[in-house]
Amino acid sequence: MSEAPAVLPTASAERVEGIDLLLRPPRPRAGWRLLPARVGAMCTVELQKLRHDRTEVYTRAIQPALWLLIFGQTFTRIRAIPTGGIPYIDYMAPGIIAQSAMFIAIFYGIQIIWERDAGILNKLLVTPTPRSALITGKAFAAGVKSLIQALVVVVIAALLGVALTWNPLKLLGVLGTVVLGSVFFSCLSMTIAGIVISRDRLMGIGQAITMPLFFGSNALYPISVMPGWLQAVSKVNPLSYEVDALRGLLIGAHAHVALDFAVLLVAALLGITAASSLLGRLAR
Amino acid sequence: MTRDIDAAEPEAVTCTGLAYFFGETKAVDGLDLSVHRGEVFGLLGPNGAGKTTAIRCITTLLPVPAGMVRVFGSDAAKDRMGVRRLLGYVPQQLSADAGLTGRENVTLFARVFDVSRRERAERVGQALAAVDLTDAADRLAKTYSGGMIRRLELAQALVSAPRLLILDEPTIGLDPIARTGVWEHINAVRAATGMTVLVTTHYMDEADQYCDRVGLMHRGRVRALGTPTELRQGLGERRRAEGAPASAPLPTLEDVFRDVAGSGLDDKSGDFRDVRSTRRTANRVG
Repeated sequence: MSEAPAVLPTASAERVEGIDLLLRPPRPRAGWRLLPARVGAMCTVELQKLRHDRTEVYTRAIQPALWLLIFGQTFTRIRAIPTGGIPYIDYMAPGIIAQSAMFIAIFYGIQIIWERDAGILNKLLVTPTPRSALITGKAFAAGVKSLIQALVVVVIAALLGVALTWNPLKLLGVLGTVVLGSVFFSCLSMTIAGIVISRDRLMGIGQAITMPLFFGSNALYPISVMPGWLQAVSKVNPLSYEVDALRGLLIGAHAHVALDFAVLLVAALLGITAASSLLGRLAR
Repeated sequence: MTRDIDAAEPEAVTCTGLAYFFGETKAVDGLDLSVHRGEVFGLLGPNGAGKTTAIRCITTLLPVPAGMVRVFGSDAAKDRMGVRRLLGYVPQQLSADAGLTGRENVTLFARVFDVSRRERAERVGQALAAVDLTDAADRLAKTYSGGMIRRLELAQALVSAPRLLILDEPTIGLDPIARTGVWEHINAVRAATGMTVLVTTHYMDEADQYCDRVGLMHRGRVRALGTPTELRQGLGERRRAEGAPASAPLPTLEDVFRDVAGSGLDDKSGDFRDVRSTRRTANRVG
């Protein structure tokens, strides 16, 4: 009665063999190599997840495709927005690329809260990973995810006849711009996550700030046509700098790429600092 | 059971006067605890006894606001990174990433513990083999059963060759066969590696069967400490001295616990949040 069936798997000391490596702790990396190593590990995980489940990439491509198709094509015909001689759909394509990348990043905090509830975050916090390295890793992982999304939108834009550059150096710049922008927006999201701690509230706040960030930027129209107060908003909105850089690099519009990069870099560093300092609240 | 605490050979874990309050609630209230090297130590107690908070202080997840916590001599408040390198941690929730394969889950932890690229694949393979997951390694973790996920988490913790394995309620919500399986793997790995194991549980029968020593925790402190047999025999002798018949069965650990905690155990055990999180874990295990 109390005897266990013979088919039950039983582990015993003899059966654990070939564990020589599990007896030897790995040698810690030197300090300066730790951050890139953690960023690499987090980005790899993000890519692996995307490889196993691509649904999100496809469903999230629908909205930007509709923006370009409907809004872009219509406004190209009515020529209501001064674009400096560029067809409107070309003008807005970088804006939509930046928008779709931002949408991914701005909801990245939800993933952090989910990982917190599942215990994954706690487990990562008990590894030799400083909080700032964990946040940087997660932020770049969000950047990688956004980048994949941005590439999908670039392809859609190209199919719709937007005249994009194929200069590899400029495309490299596009890559850097999208990643930096997403590092900032995902850190903004993770900062809010550290404050509100609940998925529902973060969802609400995310929805509430996405539209102002989008319409309060130069994604759809130049800053010069905005009323004064909106111009002020737009000038402190990192999305404007992201769009400006993308416009300069992708379609060769007049842009301040160096300034854009500097602003995005500073914003990303500020975001990482803020999110790292609030990460402890998610560990409780 | 007293041991000389040699400075050259510090205990696996030492907590001295550890206190942690959540607002007015004294989760841990002056905890003194020593875990010897190489033993399986069970921290027992009902929901809300302070076990998880104590564990979180030891793992550096929570700060150490009062008292002292040392892991193999390293101060958990000052040398967090040093302490983390010594630890393998399995939290109460089923914490494997469902969207990754078993192998990817373990590889992530190999990477964040600085396992070199050269030996990464082999080390991950060994960790998966040690918990009998080699065949399922390339399946997504969302297809795993509750017991398999626990074993996968064990592999994640083992891949960095920790000296101290900390498991928070490792068998919560598992069916009896899966529970036995998880414990057998813990024991097999301990036997093979000699690592120290600190485990919390509220299943007294498991602690009786698998732990070398146990500490019974109630309202933030360890109220009784010893091997399960010592504690049970101690209570049995006392009961006989108080007039219980010699033929009475040896008390169980649960009896010892009721004796230590006294009355008020049933109504004070665990607040709403504890119960909810326990249920959630149980639900995920299915």
